[in-house]
Amino acid sequence: MPERVAIVGVGHSDIRSITPGLSCKEMMYEAAARAYEDAGVNPRKDVDSFICVSEDFWEGTSIYDEYVPDQLGGALRPVHTVTGDGIHALACAAMLIRTGMARVVVVEGHSKHSDMRTPAHIHNFAYDPIYHRPLEAHPHHLAGLEMNRFLHVTGNTREQCGLVVKKNLANALLNPRAVYGARVSLEDVLGAPPAFTPLGELDIARPADGGFVMVVAGERAIAGLAGEPVWITGYGWCTDTPALDSRQWGEAAYARLAAQQAYRMAGITDPFRELDFAEVDDSFSYKELEHLEALRICRPGEAGSWLEEGVTLPSGDFPVNVSGGSLGVGHLLEATGLHRVYEVVLQLRGQAGGNQLPDVARGLAQSWRNLPTTTGCVVILERA
Amino acid sequence: MTVKIKEWPGTALSSRDIEEGRVLTVRHKLKAEYAWDAGVAIGRYLRELKNGRLVARRCGGCDRILLPPRMFCEQCFVPTDEWVYVEDTGTVNTFSICYVRWDVARLKEPLLPAVINVDGASPGMGILHLLGEVRPEDVHIGMRVRAVWKSPGEREGAITDIKYWKPVQGG
Ligand SMILES: [Zn+2]
Repeated sequence: MPERVAIVGVGHSDIRSITPGLSCKEMMYEAAARAYEDAGVNPRKDVDSFICVSEDFWEGTSIYDEYVPDQLGGALRPVHTVTGDGIHALACAAMLIRTGMARVVVVEGHSKHSDMRTPAHIHNFAYDPIYHRPLEAHPHHLAGLEMNRFLHVTGNTREQCGLVVKKNLANALLNPRAVYGARVSLEDVLGAPPAFTPLGELDIARPADGGFVMVVAGERAIAGLAGEPVWITGYGWCTDTPALDSRQWGEAAYARLAAQQAYRMAGITDPFRELDFAEVDDSFSYKELEHLEALRICRPGEAGSWLEEGVTLPSGDFPVNVSGGSLGVGHLLEATGLHRVYEVVLQLRGQAGGNQLPDVARGLAQSWRNLPTTTGCVVILERA
Repeated sequence: MTVKIKEWPGTALSSRDIEEGRVLTVRHKLKAEYAWDAGVAIGRYLRELKNGRLVARRCGGCDRILLPPRMFCEQCFVPTDEWVYVEDTGTVNTFSICYVRWDVARLKEPLLPAVINVDGASPGMGILHLLGEVRPEDVHIGMRVRAVWKSPGEREGAITDIKYWKPVQGG
């Protein structure tokens, strides 16, 4: 039986649309100092390994991983970077512990989106140079294509996607971490300027700056730490073919398979009954519905009507993105998955303030690596 | 090539074929522009360079004077405590005589990058910069040097506000 692993400390820097006062390193220090305080660890003595997620093009510095040790307390210690979402890094931390390589591991992810002056150009560099970039479309056109096929295949509607925006922006009003909380009507969403039809301007999560740090520990190391453990009982990740001409446009198969791994590890057979709530990727409004169906929390074609019936509202039977999600909080690049985990951890500890759900014991966080990827991660978290 | 086939005539692509568009090529110029926030520590460091001064931060944990300044100590993992001005003199820690520029151009007059331990900062702390007003053969580890600043009107809050570091007489 592999060792049980828990998140024992979490911290973040202030999330803002821009962060002109702080360098990226200073922002990371802020997040790290709070996480270590929360866990009651001294990174210079108690942490065996440090794992970051970053993408050099977002940073504007290649081999960015070489620039991270100082502000995490990781100088002259094992440090490595995963080029993936934050939940990839969290899974790596759990595996380092379960293989006996480490007892306490730190995971870090951040977004300094506001450092980029030409983000769409930089994003475009992720697309195939020979047969895709020459078409000269904005990177978000893939979301328009995907949304159209998803609605066609499942019978969910454009209006139901608009309700996702309305719900998540309203939820964000109660979340002190959220940048984009607002009260909007369905008419506001549908009446927004068309962008990548059927996707409208308000259906797209806006970027934010912020950093997240988490301290992960094995069961044997936990006794000496201050933080209240939230157990990581299952994780999985998956990547579909990148081929734009033959990927599965109507379904997030990567999320389905990532969840399958995580559910198997956590011993979950009926996610709707066995989970209490979820934070799932909503980088674009339709993604929340698509991911809910892929995670088998509801049946294909059911996510939109669930929303209309209030099932996924904070007061419903299965609250989804109570935090406000990426639409309400802001999209945090590689740190987006860690933000979702953070929100689940606070809920399970009963520290979610105005967003707190009653009686929650087990939650799910799911991430997607954004366009043009077909990579998703899932993690299951449980209260002690 | 097998014994039977003595010659294997083929037509290789020439650079002209590419220049004249006879084969498909794709060009993509990345427009990646950034405006990095310097932050509290480096922001102040750069502003002080404009004033012709080098500023450091003192860590109360290890009592080191950190240059360039940073708001946290990487050894103690605590916030640093105060700003400290340090000298614009120092000692060459290591140097290299570079006959090739960044664009691979050959140089007759070599570039002389050096790491300088700055007076007033903790041992081993200082600046990576350039040496000047010195013959390459005279440069040595342990050489005493002083910053040569641009005139106040020319300074812009950049690392290049110091032109180079030159030997101190008798150093
Ligand atoms: Zn110190």
